[in-house]
Amino acid sequence: MDGSSNPNAARKAWLSVLSKAPATDLANLWTKAGYDPAHEVLRASEIGAVMVRGRAGAAGAPFNLGEMTVTRCSVRLASGEVGHGYIQGRDKNHATQAALADALMQTADAKDVDASIIAPLRKAAERRCATRAAKAAATKVDFFTMVRGED
Amino acid sequence: MYVAVKGGEKAIDAAHAWLAEERRGPADVAELSVSQIKGQLKLAVNRVMAEGSLYDPDLAALAIKQARGDMIEAIFLIRAYRTTLPRIGGSAPVDTESMSCDRRVSATFKDAPGGQVLGPTFDYTHRLLDFKLAADGDVPSAPERQSDGGPKPHIMSYLDREGLIQPEPEGADSPPDLTREPLELPADRALRLQSLTRGDEGFILGMAYSTQRGYARNHAFVAELRIGTCAVEMDIPELGFAIEIGEIELTECETVNQFQGSKTEPPQFTRGYGLVFGMSERKAISMALVDRALRWEELGEDNVGAPAQDEEFVLYHADNIQATGFLEHIKLPHYVDFQSELELIRKLRRESMGRNVHQEAAE
Repeated sequence: MDGSSNPNAARKAWLSVLSKAPATDLANLWTKAGYDPAHEVLRASEIGAVMVRGRAGAAGAPFNLGEMTVTRCSVRLASGEVGHGYIQGRDKNHATQAALADALMQTADAKDVDASIIAPLRKAAERRCATRAAKAAATKVDFFTMVRGED
Repeated sequence: MYVAVKGGEKAIDAAHAWLAEERRGPADVAELSVSQIKGQLKLAVNRVMAEGSLYDPDLAALAIKQARGDMIEAIFLIRAYRTTLPRIGGSAPVDTESMSCDRRVSATFKDAPGGQVLGPTFDYTHRLLDFKLAADGDVPSAPERQSDGGPKPHIMSYLDREGLIQPEPEGADSPPDLTREPLELPADRALRLQSLTRGDEGFILGMAYSTQRGYARNHAFVAELRIGTCAVEMDIPELGFAIEIGEIELTECETVNQFQGSKTEPPQFTRGYGLVFGMSERKAISMALVDRALRWEELGEDNVGAPAQDEEFVLYHADNIQATGFLEHIKLPHYVDFQSELELIRKLRRESMGRNVHQEAAE
């Protein structure tokens, strides 16, 4: 985790891992780690939509492509740290656990939480990505044009 | 005029109960689960997400189940659900350059830097029914090869470097949104692209095909077609920086089109652009062709009066939910309406027959 250049970079990285993780993966790791920190809910899990944008010609003016479902939640630990969860989809539990994990990552337990929650989620995502990339690589072709014997 | 009728509640309840039973199908056949639809009818799920304009594979699969496989009904369910969601915000434009590509092909350059990757395509299949699938769907796992992991730059950027392609102008960070304000004409390109990406696949395909057959021909090459996953990033106000809030599968098509030049533009290639939720390459290619046809005015081309150049015609008829809503309402009771038509016809007939009788008498 390299937060030296930008203090927010590390937090951005773990929040991104939490948002994209399958809800069941996070729930399983959460149960296994047994975290149950005292906290108050600042914003109860709320399901909403985010308008996803693209760019004309991939490089030009932004346009609205369509929405995606997103669930968000904010918590404050008894020790004061505020955590925010923004996750893809509509699983309220996923958003709450992401917010709690974000808060715990700001405490002295960060190393533990990273080892038991964030790192395994990141590795699972990398494995999924690598498998698809390997299947795609197997379908890489080299087209060649035939020389026609006309001359 | 539509006048409400009352009654029929019992019949409606019975019809809906029967609908539920018919949807379930024979009780001795296992029920279809939402996760089966999501995993095994993925392209149907993709279409419902694209035209429902909401990326959520679980909801799209549920809608397909509830709609008994009627795609437009499923899209209708998603559009209705979408309106119940509070808008949390707008994402940064997705960076398709950094897409993890499952598929990436170019019809213009065989040695595209980053390579041509076929992905899970129907291309090169023989389109013969596979009767083995009727008995047993087990398949061996697909081969894998070490991926070089190298970048896959947009092929169009190479033409851009030579100045051979028309540059893409910048635009507003917050583009107009036709889900918030009614579509008004003339529509700028951002609004047209939003309308096309959620438009009916069949309609957009037909419009695109008409340009290929000569109605505003613009001779498109697929410079690049890529399918894969992209991260979606959004600024989070309470954090003060952007994070990835998810990742979505997208299909992107960039066409390069001949252009002879006009009063305002030098001879150069021009672009058409398609970007669609999910693996939807027929739709993405169609969208790019129609986008290009609709750009005649900004490129200083002639309006040859082709349907695909007429933005009012294309944009006002591309939405299958608006279309089906208006079309299907004519099957609902119009008794009073029709009664007055009946009266009118009878009156006209009486008058015209009366005239005939007079004429015959005079002759």
